[in-house]
Amino acid sequence: MTDSNTADPYGARAHARAMAGTRVPAMPTVPATDATDLPAGVAPEAMLWAETVAPGGYAAKELRRGARLRLTDLDGDACVSMLVFNAERPSERLNIADTVKVQWSAYLGAGQLLLSDMGRALMSLLEDSAGAHDTFCGASNERSNARKYGDGSNWGIRPNARDRLILAAAKFGLGRRDVHPCINWFKGVRIAEDGTTLLNRGPFAPGRQVTLRAEMDLLVLLANCPHVLDERAAYSITPVRIAAWRGRVTTDDDAVRNATPEGLRAFLNTEDYFRR
Amino acid sequence: MSDPAIDGLPGRIVLDEIVAARAPWDHALRTGQVLRIIDLEGNQAVDFLMYGLTDDAERYSAQDTIAAQRNVFLKAGTVLLSNEGRAMATIVSTTVARHDTIGGACSCESNTLRYGHHTKAQHACVENFLQSNARHGRGKRDMVSNINWFMNVPVEADGALGIVDGISAPGLWVDLRADMDLTAVISNCPQINNPCNGFNPTPVRVVIAG
Repeated sequence: MTDSNTADPYGARAHARAMAGTRVPAMPTVPATDATDLPAGVAPEAMLWAETVAPGGYAAKELRRGARLRLTDLDGDACVSMLVFNAERPSERLNIADTVKVQWSAYLGAGQLLLSDMGRALMSLLEDSAGAHDTFCGASNERSNARKYGDGSNWGIRPNARDRLILAAAKFGLGRRDVHPCINWFKGVRIAEDGTTLLNRGPFAPGRQVTLRAEMDLLVLLANCPHVLDERAAYSITPVRIAAWRGRVTTDDDAVRNATPEGLRAFLNTEDYFRR
Repeated sequence: MSDPAIDGLPGRIVLDEIVAARAPWDHALRTGQVLRIIDLEGNQAVDFLMYGLTDDAERYSAQDTIAAQRNVFLKAGTVLLSNEGRAMATIVSTTVARHDTIGGACSCESNTLRYGHHTKAQHACVENFLQSNARHGRGKRDMVSNINWFMNVPVEADGALGIVDGISAPGLWVDLRADMDLTAVISNCPQINNPCNGFNPTPVRVVIAG
């Protein structure tokens, strides 16, 4: 028998409270204003979200219009599957097909938009030092992980992106039918002329980043799991750092807003939505 | 009299209908049944979704299908997967070289981005999908990336992607075998602003056999 101080509620309370202040590599910084790795030029009081997501982990947050969201691939092997919803009316969400079709581009890069199924700009991709992302292959699922790793369950150590996103969605009252086609950040998929998907899984340098701007009030769900096409036998994934901070709502003279006629009309639709 | 449009289908014909130009259509398919869709007049995009008959939160997933076959084009032999990685249906045969699943469905809203706000009132595939799905208790949350039979969406080396002139022709078809009990939902695409229908929406024929 172990030496236990938890035989009664008083001992259990003291035991629980003694854990306060414990630090682990993957955890949220609460409040976010306590973060010490502030993005350049961002004051602590502007911080909205600071969290390190573990390999296989997930995270979610509501962000207001104008907020900036930065994802940093700390060790060069992250793969962040992302879903985006209009927080006010979550039946409006990221539409991957419209995002690539309307912008005439299969590959995401700086200056491009994430479009909703209502013809609106959800987010702008302001900065991208990775240049390798995926709009085609989507989230891993329990079956695909089980085939590769022998297990893909949420309660195991090799969870799959879809089931992580289902948990994240559930915490906002959403469910299986809301886990829609996603973006995968930091792992690249290009399309060959014959349609073949070509995965670029690195190795990549640590510290690659994407910085996005919320163009609507959003619910953002993130899962950090190995890419579904990653052929390595080991469950290979490294942590991602999230930073979000308050920012100015996009103005009429914004370069991303005005970059293309299709994108400008997406902004006009977003601005019209907020005209109330 | 022999009808080349239904030759080679297994078992008995249980349904043989024309889907009017611009119209929605949906029907249950039982495991093993084959749905043939015939492009009667050529280059008519047929937007297509599938939902599990008993659990419709399981539905067609373009991304799972692409990842599993490591190719964005749908061809004879392609297994169409659900969002949970299960086989929903298989393209057992088709007389068109390839079909699309990255171009999505046209909507009134996306038309405003693609062509201008003057197209807002035009009928669109999402309107058809919403109408069919609403009859089964599904809504906008149930819209996902779809299949576009007979539609041509190449991806160029620099990533340029778009709907271009079709590679189908009058009388070409696709045969889809259900690998689970499912509901098939069609929007016979009403788009008139791009070449997906040759700028002229036309009827298609649907046959269920087996």
